[in-house]
Amino acid sequence: MFNKIQRFIVLDILKNRVVLAYTLLLAVLSWSVFSLEDDSNKGVLTLLNIVLLTTPLVSIIFTTIYLYNSAEFIELLLSQPIRRSKIWTGLFLGLFFSLALSFIIGAGIPILLFVPGHVALILLVMGVLITAVFVALGFLCGIMSRDKARGIGISILLWLFFALLFDGLVLFLLFQFSDYPIEKAMVGVAALNPIDLARIFIILQLDVSAMLGYTGAIFKDFFGTGVGTAIGFALLCLWVILPYLLSRRMFIRKDL
Amino acid sequence: MIEIRQVSKHFGRFEVLKSVSLTCEAGQCIALIGPNGCGKTTLIKSILGMVLPSSGSIYFQGKDIARDFMYRHHIGYMPQKGRYPDNMTIGQVIDMIKDIRSSDDTLDEQLITDFGLDEILDKRMRTLSGGTTQKVSASLAFLFNPQVLILDEPTAGLDPLAAEILKDKIIAENKRGKLIFITSHLLSELDDLVTHVVMMQEGEIRFNMPTALLKEQTGTNSLARAITHVLKQDHVQ
Repeated sequence: MFNKIQRFIVLDILKNRVVLAYTLLLAVLSWSVFSLEDDSNKGVLTLLNIVLLTTPLVSIIFTTIYLYNSAEFIELLLSQPIRRSKIWTGLFLGLFFSLALSFIIGAGIPILLFVPGHVALILLVMGVLITAVFVALGFLCGIMSRDKARGIGISILLWLFFALLFDGLVLFLLFQFSDYPIEKAMVGVAALNPIDLARIFIILQLDVSAMLGYTGAIFKDFFGTGVGTAIGFALLCLWVILPYLLSRRMFIRKDL
Repeated sequence: MIEIRQVSKHFGRFEVLKSVSLTCEAGQCIALIGPNGCGKTTLIKSILGMVLPSSGSIYFQGKDIARDFMYRHHIGYMPQKGRYPDNMTIGQVIDMIKDIRSSDDTLDEQLITDFGLDEILDKRMRTLSGGTTQKVSASLAFLFNPQVLILDEPTAGLDPLAAEILKDKIIAENKRGKLIFITSHLLSELDDLVTHVVMMQEGEIRFNMPTALLKEQTGTNSLARAITHVLKQDHVQ
């Protein structure tokens, strides 16, 4: 698995200044959060909010820009005896491995040191999964438009939507339909946003889910069980697989 | 060796190639010329499988290239504008392409040494000038001893010395029976290289004939004059 195109892409990206800065930023943030906060639960919550804002942003925009900058390089790869699907997979794995690695080095090490038990593990897995989701979405943005500016614009909009606007919409719906029993529907709505899925996953691991009120109890009822966890996890994986497969389909049929 | 049968391509409503047919044999050195936007690059990219024709098909050694990729083992391509991942070194780029090709053929590293690239293998691609990047592209195209070479504006951006090295290499490979495609606007550069001229205009092949015949028909002794002659005739009509 770790050969050919993706190996060279990883070698290239790990020397990239933006990725180095991202790793450093994550490291500084997580070390300072855990050094300032005595209660590791509170630390996790603070870090969670930072990670769920920065990781998607860096993953999706870096991926999109990297794809546009590699246009001529992708052409050269296409002139080699190699399947188109293999080129796309190589690029995806290369970008995912390197961004996941910088997350693990930047945020993972302090998390493993300061956060006890399985919460640390889940935080790490979620960080890596969110990276994968937004790299996949970045691939979709990168293939959708020939125009670099438009592609990057789409990726920023997607990030804005999932990171900020979506929650606003959900709040709006909550207030509009507050007279109805919509708590169960909220579980379904949460599945439409990978960032929310990851957030719920982690909050449920901490003993603060009571703060979410009645909806939190429903979430706990659903995502707290073994089946619920499995479904939530599967949903997040779908958020990686579907955008990626769609982008690959478009790439295979594209004229370059 | 390569047979293009009635290939058409349109991007939206714009027709770039209009039922183009062309047959090329080993040992030919074909100059593909024509004004900007006449479909030269699209034709080249169709042969490489980068552009998928709207209709018609292309055969490489008798086999349809649609849905095939192994035939590209026999093709070396030098793009008009090469760009490589910024932080890779020249050595890494060469290693990667070697890795992808994983060919057992003997490698032809003559251009790498002639261009002096072997002395700067650990330079990063980002730091290279346009000409040096072109040298890397050229070296990669010739590295695997392919039977077909497709060179898109090969000498643009190269210094005179490097251009001369590349031209000598093209002539040598052509003499060894390889099929070579060159697109260029510098007609005078092509003069001592090409055996055939294919002229395209608005997505169609205007004419396709051996250089010697073209010169004879137009009564001129250089390719540049012959082409201008043909274009002027068009103008009068």
